[in-house]
Amino acid sequence: MCADGDGMTPFVRHRGKVVALPRRDVDTDQIIPKQFLKGVERTGFGEGLFFDWRADPNFELNRPEARGATILVTGPNFGCGSSREHAVWALAQYGFRAIIAPSFADIFLSNCYRNGVLPVQLPAAEVDTLIQRAAGGSYELAVDLEECVVSDDRGFSAHFSPDPYGRELLLRGLDEIGRTLLEEPSIAAYERSHA
Amino acid sequence: MKTLFDRVWDAHVVRELADNVALLYVDLHLVHEVTSPQAFAGLKRENRTVRRPELTLATVDHNVPTGDRSLPITDEIAARQVDALGSNAREFGIELFDLRSPDQGIVHIIGPELGATQPGMVIVCGDSHTSTHGAFGAFALGIGTSEVEHVLATQCIVLKKPRNLEARISGSLEPGVGAKDLILALIGKIGTAGATGHVIEYTGDAVRALSMEERMTVCNMSIEAGARAGMIAPDEVTFDYLEGRPRAPAGAAWTAALARWQTFRSDPTARYDAHVSLDAGNVGPQVTWGTTPGMVADITARVPDPAQLGENEREAATRALEYMGLKPGTPLAGIPIDRVFLGSCTNARIEDLRTAANVVRGRHVSSRVRAMVVPGSQRVKAQAEREGLDRVFRDAGFEWRNAGCSMCLGMNADVLGAGERCAATSNRNFEGRQGRGGRTHLMSPAMAAAAAIEGRLVDVRGW
Repeated sequence: MCADGDGMTPFVRHRGKVVALPRRDVDTDQIIPKQFLKGVERTGFGEGLFFDWRADPNFELNRPEARGATILVTGPNFGCGSSREHAVWALAQYGFRAIIAPSFADIFLSNCYRNGVLPVQLPAAEVDTLIQRAAGGSYELAVDLEECVVSDDRGFSAHFSPDPYGRELLLRGLDEIGRTLLEEPSIAAYERSHA
Repeated sequence: MKTLFDRVWDAHVVRELADNVALLYVDLHLVHEVTSPQAFAGLKRENRTVRRPELTLATVDHNVPTGDRSLPITDEIAARQVDALGSNAREFGIELFDLRSPDQGIVHIIGPELGATQPGMVIVCGDSHTSTHGAFGAFALGIGTSEVEHVLATQCIVLKKPRNLEARISGSLEPGVGAKDLILALIGKIGTAGATGHVIEYTGDAVRALSMEERMTVCNMSIEAGARAGMIAPDEVTFDYLEGRPRAPAGAAWTAALARWQTFRSDPTARYDAHVSLDAGNVGPQVTWGTTPGMVADITARVPDPAQLGENEREAATRALEYMGLKPGTPLAGIPIDRVFLGSCTNARIEDLRTAANVVRGRHVSSRVRAMVVPGSQRVKAQAEREGLDRVFRDAGFEWRNAGCSMCLGMNADVLGAGERCAATSNRNFEGRQGRGGRTHLMSPAMAAAAAIEGRLVDVRGW
């Protein structure tokens, strides 16, 4: 779907099923444990997502109503710890397009922008509302990155403020390297003046 | 009026791309086997080259075995990653310290010890503990694999400028208390997301009094407070450490470098976006009791009762205690342990090994404990052997290994079994980090060494 080859799937808007993982400080070691980091490809990480936690039949992602979820709602400081981009690859390849949390770790955020996964930061009270609504059974949200709005069919609507640079990467599915290579004259000038 | 971070940032802006977003030039790119194969594959797919291979250094550390180096790697998938880095380094003309190299080691140990890490640089690596290099007054940050590919291709990184937090550490450390205790106490104070979006600059008398290796321990764990990077302004301690190292400038170039490096400091009236302070004199030996580095307490304390914690922390603490197999109210000192790991980019430099050796000299590891020392680099290992520290550890019953990340993240064969409790000098006590079901207590090298002898957590001060 994305993060698996030649370019990045742009993210403009998405509507999908929600699964809530009401935990704080979910680290990238939990998102994708070390035994899945030995590959040399960008694919095949979906199976490893939350591998240790998924061994528990009661784990949130194992519940029947979570099947097919594409939006993850979770607690603060999501994605902390290791810089492993494999964590975002695993989330994307499992099927997640957006993650909603009160806060994210910096490197994880930057990895999301480069893999077509939208991180949405909302105040804790609003995230709690979404977690409660998701707990009631099948629940869908719509996320619009052009308008920067998250909404449901029951009157919830919240504005979010994405990082402008990350937003542009996501909206346009840009090849960031190709774009930076166009800066060649500036890079070469910097190198000449610092030789 | 500028901070140290402002100065390093400003010196590397190639072009402002947007408000607060810059294309930043990278002086040193460190590469290892786990987060680079997909980046090199991306370059090849797009027919791109490495722009400045001479500013790129590679080593194998994350998944390499720490046993007998004359034997092949038995983990075929790990071997494939190590081989991939070898062939990518050859293809793109990047210098590689492989398993046969006397300079091989954990990427954050070898950069400084070779003198490749220098003040005022921008340094990146596909590893969160790149913050270590900030101890030299560099802006050093961990990046993802897409960014690794970007830096390989362009020698630049696109970054939004983080905010700047001053962590002022005053006073002086008690005997038996060290840099690891300082940084754990700070993380305990501000939390694992306390510095998210910020670069921490460590200032104050207690920081100035630290050796270069101790400063690296502090900066190393900046990421555990959520920081983008940690920095310490270079001073005589920094320059003395660097002089004469293989990659450090020499002769006239040294004099010129020194003049430039001395400009990398914060103005006395420079403004930070946030402040935190800590009195080193009030810090005792720290031990983690939970599953984040912020779940930490003084060794004289008891395992906290989640019921008495704030609402935001209660659930996570309950989960953590269940995972750790600990009951609220249990004194931390006295908790029995099964394993000891002396290693990692946090605490496997020569001073760490000397400190630990001083604790174990003439004693023996508890019969209930399996203990290992994994030096941070082959240079550290050779130095320790010249000083006879390997004998001290072996005689005490420690295993003496070759360099690598080893049981810090358990990507090689060095892992905890389910339910095993480990006193570790590494940086993360996340669930399963050192092995599925393994229970990690983070602490200083002196505390881990004492725990190995006693077979339980102890206060090294009274020991």
